[in-house]
Amino acid sequence: MIDLLLAAIWVFIKVFIIVIPLMVAVAYLTYAERRVIGFMQNRRGPNRVGWHGLLQPFADALKLLFKEIITPTPSNKYLFIVAPVLSIAPALAAWAVIPFQPGLVLANIDAGLLYVFAMSSLGVYGMLIAGWASNSKYPMISAMRGAAQTISYEIAMGFSFVGVLLAAGSLNLSQIVTAQQGGIWHWYWLPLLPLFVTYWISGVAETNRAPFDVAEGESEIVAGFHVEYSGMSFAIFFLAEYANMIMIATIASLLFLGGWLSPFEGIPVLGPLTSFMPGIGWLLLKIALMLFGYLWLRATFPRYRYDQIMRLGWKILIPVTLIWVLVVALAVQFHLAPWFN
Amino acid sequence: MINFTDVFFLAFAFMVIVSALMVIMSKNPIQSALYLVLAFFGSAGLWIMLNAEFLGLMLILVYVGAVMTLFLFVVMTVNFSINPLKNHRSKIIFGLALVAILLIALLKAISLQHYTPLINNAAILDPSNTHHLGSLLYTTYVYPFEIAGVLLLTAIIAAISLRGNAIQRNRKATDFAAQINVKANDRLKIIKMVAVQKTFEPLEPTE
Repeated sequence: MIDLLLAAIWVFIKVFIIVIPLMVAVAYLTYAERRVIGFMQNRRGPNRVGWHGLLQPFADALKLLFKEIITPTPSNKYLFIVAPVLSIAPALAAWAVIPFQPGLVLANIDAGLLYVFAMSSLGVYGMLIAGWASNSKYPMISAMRGAAQTISYEIAMGFSFVGVLLAAGSLNLSQIVTAQQGGIWHWYWLPLLPLFVTYWISGVAETNRAPFDVAEGESEIVAGFHVEYSGMSFAIFFLAEYANMIMIATIASLLFLGGWLSPFEGIPVLGPLTSFMPGIGWLLLKIALMLFGYLWLRATFPRYRYDQIMRLGWKILIPVTLIWVLVVALAVQFHLAPWFN
Repeated sequence: MINFTDVFFLAFAFMVIVSALMVIMSKNPIQSALYLVLAFFGSAGLWIMLNAEFLGLMLILVYVGAVMTLFLFVVMTVNFSINPLKNHRSKIIFGLALVAILLIALLKAISLQHYTPLINNAAILDPSNTHHLGSLLYTTYVYPFEIAGVLLLTAIIAAISLRGNAIQRNRKATDFAAQINVKANDRLKIIKMVAVQKTFEPLEPTE
């Protein structure tokens, strides 16, 4: 019995070691977003609280923590409270199988990629239920938009995963990373470039971020599914959205950018010079790069029209992935050098 | 002596039974659909505990992630009147009895002798159950697998063509090639106009 308890406590400690830095990363991602977009638009962004505004995320969190949670009278009380929980739970659960370094993973399961995909497909429930439980027009419209968009882009995303698992011959995330050994030109972003681009676009669409943020579209439906939410219940939706962004960026770095592998592997001077860097450092750098891409997209592109989003997902991304899956299958079959020999 | 596995099995089994009951007992169709999601979750958990992780994850991915989302989507847009669903409690006992009899008959028919247990079975679990499933589906059972795929494709095409006629009649879709190729001159016409000249009389300087 004591052993059982100790094992359970040990797992909880590991979970906290992953979740707490993730929450801090989410807090600072909101700060980075406002600062980076500020600089891109020739403004300063938040720079008042603390040195260069570095305490801003804590100020925001405190403000939201002390606000009252208002439940609208005609809403479905129970589902109204459950919805934010349903949106953050899958966003955190997916982190269980992410390898940060060789051997540094909470659960090294064989179907890791499938698990991540299953978890990311659950994120839509929070939005759908929040939209319905609010019993109000804008949240309902937003839930419908968000659900249809997420389901559509999941297919393209799934096919890009198929390409990766064909190339790596495994669903285990650690093995997928090790299969990309050998420097920046051996990572899968190059042989699977169309799948990488597709994955990235569908990742942005899955997280309902600009330019695919019709579910939140401030100019049309105020804030979409979380119009009726306030205080901490709103903050949890916010946390889930940013945790999902970090998740998508992490999966992109693991599947296409070589995870914890150094980009200078096998390069004469740069390779040994950068060998002091631990694997997790490279992984974090790659995640940061992908997240910067997210912010860059938001600062650059106007929002898509809804029918164009659907067209892009169904008529462009899915055919592209289907064709490239075939190309990858042939390349693997004929051991195309230098990637698949 | 209890261990982790027993605790989780009981938890998942309880979850499946309670939520399956709630699917038919709850008054609100949306809540029924959500309880069905919970039932799927429980069964996925049970399958994963039986080392059938592929089946379990696929249940979550396909049924919870896609099918039930669409289902909820439809249920939410349809405005149900709650009244016809209210007085069905008395029939539930009858239905449950029928299900119990069928279940016992089914368990009798498929005795365990015909099946090798999956759990702790080295022949199946090395390297993994997913691996074996994949190699069987794409070699031995490739024809049934492909035929099932073609059947599903036929169903999709049939469904679209049934709806298609109605869509064609009052189609509001736009021509994307034309939209992309549009030039500023097609949308905006700049008309040159002579500005109206108004002559002001110079104010007389006040002295």
